[in-house]
Amino acid sequence: MIRLVLLVLVIALPARAEEIVLGLSRNQVAITATFDGSDVLIFGAVKRDMPAPDTGDLGVIVSLAGPQTPLVVRRKERRLGIWINTDAFEFEYAPSFYAIATSGPIEEILTSETDQENRITVPQMIGYLEADAGESAAFTDALIRIRAEEELYQVLEGAVDVEEDTLFRTSITLPANLTEGDYAARIFLTRDGEIVDEYITAIPVQKVGLERWLYNLAHENALVYGLMSLSIAIAAGWGASAAFGLLRR
Amino acid sequence: MQIYLPIAEVSVNAFLLLGLGGIVGILSGMFGVGGGFLMTPLLFFIGIPPAVAVATEANQIVASSFSGVLAHLKRKTVDLKMGVVLLVGGLLGSGLGIILFNYLKSLGQVDLLVTLCYVVFLGIIGTLMFFESLNAIRKSKKPGARPKRRKHNWVHNLPFKMKFRVSGLYISVIPPVLVGVLVGVLAAIMGVGGGFIMVPAMIYLLGMPTKVVVGTSLFQIIFVTAFTTMLHATTNQTVDVVLAVLLLVGGVIGAQIGTRIGVKMKAEQLRILLAVMVLVVCAKLAFDLLLEPSELYSIGAEAHA
Repeated sequence: MIRLVLLVLVIALPARAEEIVLGLSRNQVAITATFDGSDVLIFGAVKRDMPAPDTGDLGVIVSLAGPQTPLVVRRKERRLGIWINTDAFEFEYAPSFYAIATSGPIEEILTSETDQENRITVPQMIGYLEADAGESAAFTDALIRIRAEEELYQVLEGAVDVEEDTLFRTSITLPANLTEGDYAARIFLTRDGEIVDEYITAIPVQKVGLERWLYNLAHENALVYGLMSLSIAIAAGWGASAAFGLLRR
Repeated sequence: MQIYLPIAEVSVNAFLLLGLGGIVGILSGMFGVGGGFLMTPLLFFIGIPPAVAVATEANQIVASSFSGVLAHLKRKTVDLKMGVVLLVGGLLGSGLGIILFNYLKSLGQVDLLVTLCYVVFLGIIGTLMFFESLNAIRKSKKPGARPKRRKHNWVHNLPFKMKFRVSGLYISVIPPVLVGVLVGVLAAIMGVGGGFIMVPAMIYLLGMPTKVVVGTSLFQIIFVTAFTTMLHATTNQTVDVVLAVLLLVGGVIGAQIGTRIGVKMKAEQLRILLAVMVLVVCAKLAFDLLLEPSELYSIGAEAHA
């Protein structure tokens, strides 16, 4: 069905060299109370007005990035027998979530110059303060390692299926510990490591229902929220006490 | 069943939280401690951001303490007058504590200081209580050895004396207020109710009977933690009500069970158990400081000092 729709799209649209036509399994991700992660299916086709060029290998790179925030990474060292934070390194920005899926090994479908220009691979997505660039390697590695363990940074080499150099599809799993914001989906079409076409779209990730209401209340009416939390606590304490009192009779 | 927490922004297992709340609630009811010094590190461990864990824990302690205090009120084991005096000191202390906390934060290394605070205080209190209650148990086993009467020490020579009928004390209000201030300061820095410091202080410094200590401590803790909850909710927006509800459902039920277990046990046994628990937590925190951590790096939100 999807392929049929894409085929129609490929035929119907006006032509340029090589161009991406994209579809998403969902336009937004809703965080509900029972949210425990979500899969986003990203699929599309390469549209051509002429037969595929026989020079260069086709590569497809799909990336999905969460909101960028500044953060600090600290390193522990042993001082006077105990382990304490000594050095710290500030990152100007780093995405809260970043997944990159490719149709093949990254080195083969993306040159490092193109990567640097477009900030595609995980290390390139993390911006550090240039002055300390030499010191940053260990801290950047640590940041990527910790976030990768939490499945917040994912490198999925070969996870993009390409059929007949035209149709492509991949699935990215969003973990449960997701933060809100607009998630930028970027799709790159490369030939011999150079970008031929690029497609950018946003997938909003938002809390809905009760989650949304509570979050807004906590931030906009902090006093009311605080009093509500306390009332719930007192009521629960009293309720349990009364219930146990009844049970004993 | 996974539940997404709106403020903490993580998804956790609801039954895990109910269970944790229940276990800590039982301990809270038994010993008259809020349980914060156990629960807060546990919440860190399951991946709740520290700021949210500390603030939400304060809210949960309100619930379990309230549930516990009602059970104690029915048995008339709460010295309300002493509680109010301690509370005056406590609110004063937590105000001072938050000023001190922010000062330490501006110097950096606040995490280390909090952990050191835990290790030092838990270590001292745990050791003292352990040996004292061990002696008490030994004495009670010897036939004919009557417990000696309370000493008449310097505490009894201070001005502003007040009669605390429930505790059977006629002492100056200065020591209880000072105890309240000390507990308040530590509670604000360490993000706990402070029962584990207050309970021994009431027994050993003020000479209150163990029977009324637990209820009175819970009474005071309700107000101090309610104050802390409001401060966190209005300044940092870090109280997660969904997390709090899950913890407190387990917590209030646990507290009711704990109170009933506590009443059936001998005071010395209760104290030695509390001492052991305090020492275990202390040892765990001390080992964390001494042993090489498996991950040397940690990620924090950017804080411009």
